[in-house]
Amino acid sequence: MLSYIIRRVAQSALVLFVVGLVAFSMFRFVGDPIDNMLGQERTMEDVERLRGQLGLDQPFPVQYVKFLQEAVQGNFGVSFRQGRPVAEILAERAPATLELAMVSAVFAIVLGIALGVFTAIRRGGFAANFIMSASLIGVSLPTFLIGILLIYIFSVELGWLPSFGRGEVVDLGWWNTGFLTASGLKALILPSITLGLYQMTLIMRLVRSEMLEVLRQDYIRFARARGLSDRTINFRHALKNTMVPVITIIGLQLGAIIAFAIITETVFQWPGLGLLFINAIQFVDIPVMAAYLMMISVIFVTINLAVDILYAFIDPRLRVSA
Amino acid sequence: MTDPVLSIRNLTVEIPTRHGIFKPVEHVTYDLHPGEIRGVVGESGAGKSMTGNAVIGLLDPPAHVSEGEVWLNGRRIDELDAEDKRRIRGKEIGMIFQDPLTSLNPLFTVGEQLVETIQLHLGLAASEARKRAIALLDRVSIPDPADRFNQYPHQFSGGMRQRVVIALALCTEPSVLIADEPTTALDVSVQAQVLDLIKELAKERQVGVILVTHDMGVIADTTDTVTVMYSGHVVESGTTDQILGAPTHDYTKSLIAAVPRPHTKVERFPMVSYGERERTFKIDDLAAHWDKTNLSKTGKLLEVENITKTFLQKGGLLPSQRQYFTAVDQVSFDIRDGEVFGLVGESGSGKSTVARMIGTLYPLDSGRVIFDGEDVTAMGTDALQAYRRQIQMIFQDPFSSLNPRMRVGDLVAEPIHHHQILSKAQIGPRVRELLDWVGLAKDAWRKYPHEFSGGQRQRICIARALATQPRFLICDEPTSALDVSIQAQILNILKDLQDHLGLTMLFISHDLPVVRQMCDRVGVMRQGKLVEVQETDSLFATPEHPYTRELLDLMPRLKQLA
Repeated sequence: MLSYIIRRVAQSALVLFVVGLVAFSMFRFVGDPIDNMLGQERTMEDVERLRGQLGLDQPFPVQYVKFLQEAVQGNFGVSFRQGRPVAEILAERAPATLELAMVSAVFAIVLGIALGVFTAIRRGGFAANFIMSASLIGVSLPTFLIGILLIYIFSVELGWLPSFGRGEVVDLGWWNTGFLTASGLKALILPSITLGLYQMTLIMRLVRSEMLEVLRQDYIRFARARGLSDRTINFRHALKNTMVPVITIIGLQLGAIIAFAIITETVFQWPGLGLLFINAIQFVDIPVMAAYLMMISVIFVTINLAVDILYAFIDPRLRVSA
Repeated sequence: MTDPVLSIRNLTVEIPTRHGIFKPVEHVTYDLHPGEIRGVVGESGAGKSMTGNAVIGLLDPPAHVSEGEVWLNGRRIDELDAEDKRRIRGKEIGMIFQDPLTSLNPLFTVGEQLVETIQLHLGLAASEARKRAIALLDRVSIPDPADRFNQYPHQFSGGMRQRVVIALALCTEPSVLIADEPTTALDVSVQAQVLDLIKELAKERQVGVILVTHDMGVIADTTDTVTVMYSGHVVESGTTDQILGAPTHDYTKSLIAAVPRPHTKVERFPMVSYGERERTFKIDDLAAHWDKTNLSKTGKLLEVENITKTFLQKGGLLPSQRQYFTAVDQVSFDIRDGEVFGLVGESGSGKSTVARMIGTLYPLDSGRVIFDGEDVTAMGTDALQAYRRQIQMIFQDPFSSLNPRMRVGDLVAEPIHHHQILSKAQIGPRVRELLDWVGLAKDAWRKYPHEFSGGQRQRICIARALATQPRFLICDEPTSALDVSIQAQILNILKDLQDHLGLTMLFISHDLPVVRQMCDRVGVMRQGKLVEVQETDSLFATPEHPYTRELLDLMPRLKQLA
């Protein structure tokens, strides 16, 4: 088990290194940050001097190695646009995105599993068929369109929920949260549904097909032959077996929720990391982009690592042989 | 005689289909007395399992009981509602399925599954249920039951799991036990132990047992009475001695004739002729394509010298932490021209690994394989390609060894394409010829594998293996997934091929009577080692190694057979 974890951590480090390399090689195509930083009155000397100061005159592998050297010490540089340390900016924006991601993940997982189990057990029933058809909408509509639709219905027409922003936030010193105020909670509803709807339908469809597969297994037939009630069979024996493959996908999707937050945050003007990244691209703010991409990949890799370890807890067969 | 504990009267099961109503079970009637073990035999699809499922109320919709009555301890149970039927299941009627590897939930400990069932039906407190569960595990001879209680199914061997399943089926003292092919997935020695356990428990607890099986050896050794089924009907019922020794119905007679005898060798297997049309095989046409003068230089077509294969069992970061399992350990034998060489042994003894090493599917860790005087291990790419053309394999499971997305014609043509044996125009006629030789209908090449039965698929596999005109055929348990009657047909085809084409074969099986019928010489494997090689007749008459003697002792006697 220990050697398994060590191997996985080593693989994760390699993945992070390659992601960073690819990201860095692409920054050159985004545009020249110097254009944005110096006004119309610049001279060629100014440009060259600034380029030298920022280290932008060096080839990108050298820039990347320097970035890594600094990054492992927790120093992500200074934003070109805001002139503040990137780490500070990220720390300020992270709570908004993480709270949004957390709420939509809970929404997607809880509702996804519940509806998946329901449609599997009541397979062919009217309600199950209706849910399955309706879920196609969740899969096929693009996120921004769902967001705009929800804003139109609940904010513009009904006026129940705010259409943008986080509402009132309480500053806890190290974290600012929208969970503690009514307006903060209200503001979370629409963006969370928008962000989580796709994941929810995906989880639901996955749980349904896995569950149908498990219900065909011999040990379920044997459980029936032992006279166990349908409830015990469905929720004790079948559900646990269903969850083994589902957990992998949920893990991947959690990462995706944080990464896809960009679109939802833009639609709802949510002051999180996604919005920060979009603005950074427009301004070619390389330190912010680099730090953001590294952070997203760290989150992806960590979640997947956690999922792999979680496997061993659910499935006893992996404990000995891994 | 005591009153029957279970009485099935005129039972009919119907399945509505697009082409009308299909009756997999029709007018089935039999009784079961306390302590009696009743064997139910017949081919797959004869309705044996379906009858059991109908009794216990486990038919998959839309199948349903349309006629007849089922009485359990003087109470009619076929008309009960679903909830009452559920209460009977597991409490008054226990059930055992074929595959112990899949009938236990892998994510719960054995103890959890036992306690759950005991608590449900007997309403005991958790500690009482636990005590009872451990006592039961002890009764079915599981060593250290208190420790084993907390283990997961994957920590048990196949035979142990089937014991756990038996414990689960008996934990509420049912009066009837339905065992559906309980030992088909097990090794001979384990099979004997499990059957003995069922026999003991039936006598000790006066449980009536319905033993569904297609294995005549199991019937002969275990049952008191036998019911023979054919396409949904009971064709004959009686005591075991009477059915095996003096069958009256034609189907029973032909079925019993098809059982391979362990003690005498026959030239061809008698076919189950009832309801089957026997086909003639035009084997001589096929022989024209073979060059039978192509004998090996040494008289030995294949020589295997000290081959060894180890697999990584437990990975580790450091080499010292890794554990290896030696699947094949210094095995040497040779196979003469035109000979059928048998390899027998329990599962895990390394038989199939040897076959795969010869077939170059696994690389050798050490040792040499010499084919017709040439060292296979030292061959270059071209020579290896030519070697692969000379050897072909037939696998155990005809359901998974054919690609379901390819037409049968393409499946058989593939090796011919690959080895560029014939021109494009010649391939089609050759494929049809091959399929015809193995006894498939003219239009078979256009169909997909799922349109064929298990026996027909195995014929397709044989046709595919013959497509490259090989000199050497490796048959890895070619008939163990098949019914007795189908087995006889396939074995006859293999015998004909050997006689007419001069094929040399490596024949792997755990079924000793079949090996006796098929092989000229036999090697016995145990735990990766080849313990004995002898001529077939002398091996069966005077086994030298104690393990061989043990295997032969476990072989069903079939004394009653006519």
